[in-house]
Amino acid sequence: MSKKITSVVVFSKEEFAEDVVIGLEVHCQLTNLRTKLFCGCSSEYRGEQPNTHLCPICLGMPGSLPVANRKSVDDAMMVALALKSEIAERSLFFRKNYYYPDMPKNFQITQYDQAGGIPIASGGEVSIQVNHENKQIRIRRIQLEEDPAKLVHLGSIDTSPYTLVDYNRAGIALLEIITEPDLKSSKEARVFLQKLRSILEHLGVSDGKLEGAMRCDANISIKKGNRVEIKNISSFKEVEKALNFEIARQRAMNSRGLKVEMETRHWDDVKRVTISLRTKEAEHDYRYFPEPDLVPVEISKEKIAKISQIIPELPDARLDRFVKLYKIPSYDAGVLTSDKAMADFFEECIKLYPDAKTISNWMMTDLLRWLHEKDIEIKEAKVTPQHLVEMIKLIDDGTISGKIAKSVLPEILNTGKTPSEIVTEKGLLRIASRKDIELLADRVLIENPKAVQDAAVDEKAIHYLIGQLMKLTKGKADPQLANQIIKEKLKKQSKSN
Amino acid sequence: MKSSYNLSAKEIVTKISRGESSAEECLSSFFERIDEVESRVHAFITLDRDAALQRAKEIDGKVKRKERLGKLVGVPVAIKDNLCTRDVRTTCSSKMLENFLPPYNAHVVEQLLKEDAIILGKTNMDEFAMGSSTESSYFGTTKNPWNLAYVPGGSSGGSAAAVSARESSIALGSDTGGSVRCPASFCSTVGLKPTYGLVSRFGLIAYANSLEQIGPLARSVDDLALLFEVISGYDQRDSTSIRASTQNYSEFLREDVDGLKIGVPEEFFGEGVDERIVKIVWKGIDCLEKLGASYSEFSLSTVKYALPAYYLIATSEASSNLARYDGLRYGYSSEVGSDDWSTTFSNNRKKGFGAEVRRRILLGTFALSAGYYDQYYLKSLQVRTKIRLEFEKAFKKFDVLAGPTMPILPFKIGEKIDDLLALYMCDILTVLANLVGCPAISIPCGFVDSLPIGMQIMGPMLGESVLFRTAYTFEKCSKFTDYSPKL
Amino acid sequence: MKKMVSISEKEVEHIAWLAKITLSEEEKKLFTEQFNTILEYFRIIDELETEGTPPTFNVQNLENVFREDIVEPSLSREYSLKNASKKEKGYVKASRII
Repeated sequence: MSKKITSVVVFSKEEFAEDVVIGLEVHCQLTNLRTKLFCGCSSEYRGEQPNTHLCPICLGMPGSLPVANRKSVDDAMMVALALKSEIAERSLFFRKNYYYPDMPKNFQITQYDQAGGIPIASGGEVSIQVNHENKQIRIRRIQLEEDPAKLVHLGSIDTSPYTLVDYNRAGIALLEIITEPDLKSSKEARVFLQKLRSILEHLGVSDGKLEGAMRCDANISIKKGNRVEIKNISSFKEVEKALNFEIARQRAMNSRGLKVEMETRHWDDVKRVTISLRTKEAEHDYRYFPEPDLVPVEISKEKIAKISQIIPELPDARLDRFVKLYKIPSYDAGVLTSDKAMADFFEECIKLYPDAKTISNWMMTDLLRWLHEKDIEIKEAKVTPQHLVEMIKLIDDGTISGKIAKSVLPEILNTGKTPSEIVTEKGLLRIASRKDIELLADRVLIENPKAVQDAAVDEKAIHYLIGQLMKLTKGKADPQLANQIIKEKLKKQSKSN
Repeated sequence: MKSSYNLSAKEIVTKISRGESSAEECLSSFFERIDEVESRVHAFITLDRDAALQRAKEIDGKVKRKERLGKLVGVPVAIKDNLCTRDVRTTCSSKMLENFLPPYNAHVVEQLLKEDAIILGKTNMDEFAMGSSTESSYFGTTKNPWNLAYVPGGSSGGSAAAVSARESSIALGSDTGGSVRCPASFCSTVGLKPTYGLVSRFGLIAYANSLEQIGPLARSVDDLALLFEVISGYDQRDSTSIRASTQNYSEFLREDVDGLKIGVPEEFFGEGVDERIVKIVWKGIDCLEKLGASYSEFSLSTVKYALPAYYLIATSEASSNLARYDGLRYGYSSEVGSDDWSTTFSNNRKKGFGAEVRRRILLGTFALSAGYYDQYYLKSLQVRTKIRLEFEKAFKKFDVLAGPTMPILPFKIGEKIDDLLALYMCDILTVLANLVGCPAISIPCGFVDSLPIGMQIMGPMLGESVLFRTAYTFEKCSKFTDYSPKL
Repeated sequence: MKKMVSISEKEVEHIAWLAKITLSEEEKKLFTEQFNTILEYFRIIDELETEGTPPTFNVQNLENVFREDIVEPSLSREYSLKNASKKEKGYVKASRII
């Protein structure tokens, strides 16, 4: 997904609109593949010059023929098993025929479930947690297909006088995961995507954090009205924004007594609106038929059994394990496992520091809040498990106070420096030596004779003096010790008087 | 002494490898012949003389250095212009690809180069291989060397004409519904549509992928088998490529049809087939019988459904294959004006494609479109199954099936251009092998009014060897392949 | 035999839109006429009973043909875009979308 995505969704008062029906078509790039789906061009196109990862096949040159990437099928099987989908014994590649400037052949090699088509897997479900409740989102089917090229517009698609095409992305292996229309709100859509991403990341087939690696089209209707398809949603946050816009647009149309057209709209992430592509749904006719240049994919029971064995622990199982093993609340475990990097971070910390509850508290509060504010992923922050654990140990051994720690953490996140470095650099070490504090207390008493006089009769004056001492130490003095020493010194003075 | 251009490919290979003639001398002889007749025949769209000469010199160097020589050393080959040749324009006889320079060689081109053949140039064809007369070429019609007022057949008309006119020793064509066999028949050459999957389609610009194969054209069965040996074989770049048990087809060139069981479907001689052709082809079958084969007549009841099924499947696939020609990455392109993409694409495609190509794209789009899919496309595929099953049954009884290649004689240029259905009907006997996937060969079988007639022999899947043996025996007996047109 | 109309001019127009081919009014008429002639003849296939017959998408019995996930060199940009008529800054230039 796009870089600027937080890994956690915090719910406020969510409005559940019972009349909203959303289905998603999620396109996940199989980023663990080295090559494209049907040719040997490198799949690592990100950050590369445009049109440098091309060959006759992915450019749709006359005479070129596709040959399927073996590993793409293994990937698809892993995802199917993880989503409890049924893997087809025999599946076919189909051509989906339509014109668009991002299509090198003006048809897309994909899979289909009608006209004799069989996708690689059908059915399945993903459980999501919404407002602390579990909900199942059903999967309709999973299919392998090729990514189109990337179109670059000058500003908004609406006003761009022409379009530039970069074919590097064309032919990248995609897994399209199609849900049933089980989603009820833009937030559910977002949580679903997040969960799906976490599953794919646990499987190691797709790194959803890469730009454009997880995109989706959304079908939405309200009040049983016409279904509108929104294309070009390129990330989590975008899905929420696009759906919110579209819900508002459709509601506004309804309230003005206007009919919502059944159509395809484009999410313009520059203008932050959906734009009609002026193609009516009814006019689409993809003329699906079997790709004659590819042969069927057959998957045996043995093969499925073999792949099942290499399925790693998935987010749901990991959540349960976190609850059982580390005794943290289910909600916290859910948040932590909704992002593989986050869950990994947590467990790395525990290896270094076995008090899971403390680790989870720090992560669930200060760490998450900071990531939220900065709108970044934990992977992008400069903090390592070693950092966090070191910081907690500094609190434990009294080197810094918990309060100081709260100011140390953002420094770590920003700079990547170790907690000790930060504490030393900024002079944040707690002053715990009685001798050091006594010297400073003497200075406070000498500098504040009036308060010392009042102290005999006025409790407030004592507090003032302690405050002055803390101020002098920039809060680093052990507060209890400071209290004790000031009181002792005042007592001594009054005796000697 | 015969001029080199009159030698068979086998003779050329022998002469060059023995040092009796140089590749350059041989090539010059073909160039002279081309200079003599090409302006009248118009078999080529692109002649690459400099490159050919350069290669001839390289080959002569190899001979001198006594390096290993390829199976087609120094043999000039003409290539149909729908086979990609690196940096040599490959047009499909279309304005759409008038200036298209492929960045790669087709598999068969690689194979030819590996075996030291010399590529002369690219031959004329029906636009995107859609036709049976080479009249739909954007670059003008090829003439039949036997009578220049007549069509050479199609779609590989340029390749057949080049071989027939001795402009090239051998040639490659492609056969989607008879496009090798039809011009082979009309020009009195031998032509083979191989078993589907035996020749890699990598680099063949697709018309209808599930039906077509690249096929060789030659003056004799000997040369045909030699060329086929070179181009066939497994290629991992074509998912439908298969490994054949043999690649040494020359081994099967024996004069021996003893005990061969020939099936003669009465439908091959039925309605719509010219009486004169019926007579000539029966003579051919009788000849094979005299040589030791036996035949029996039987009925292939599904034959009459083959043509519609073929056209519906072919155009359906074509409508999708030809969608890529939008003018962006290659191909004819008008200005990027203020029009939107859809209008620009539609204009490019209107102007870049000829009428027949547009017609077939639309017909295929229709056959695949919602509401008609089951009635036309799916139904055709079911008909295809029925035809396959009937052929499978026939090949349990017979070793080969024989009949005419074409139901009609070569016709005059322009004669049928306005009668679409009549043109489509030309393919009635050839499309069967494409629907079934089995091999079929067309071999010269005689003449009517000095116009060539071809006999078609079909074999079971991977039955090339029996076809070669039958055709070879027939050729040795009939000697029709010794005839050449007077130009 | 009664002449049955298989396809209307309006349908031809829609098909041409799907296939992205501009047709002149004249062509639309001509093609419609020709399609009807052709389709009328093609209807002969309706005679053949095919109920329950599986379709032949492909004449082979191949399955599971794959390539390994091994990177092969790509073409240079100049070479792969050699045939593109309109380019800008390494991109292929297309008409506006909307």
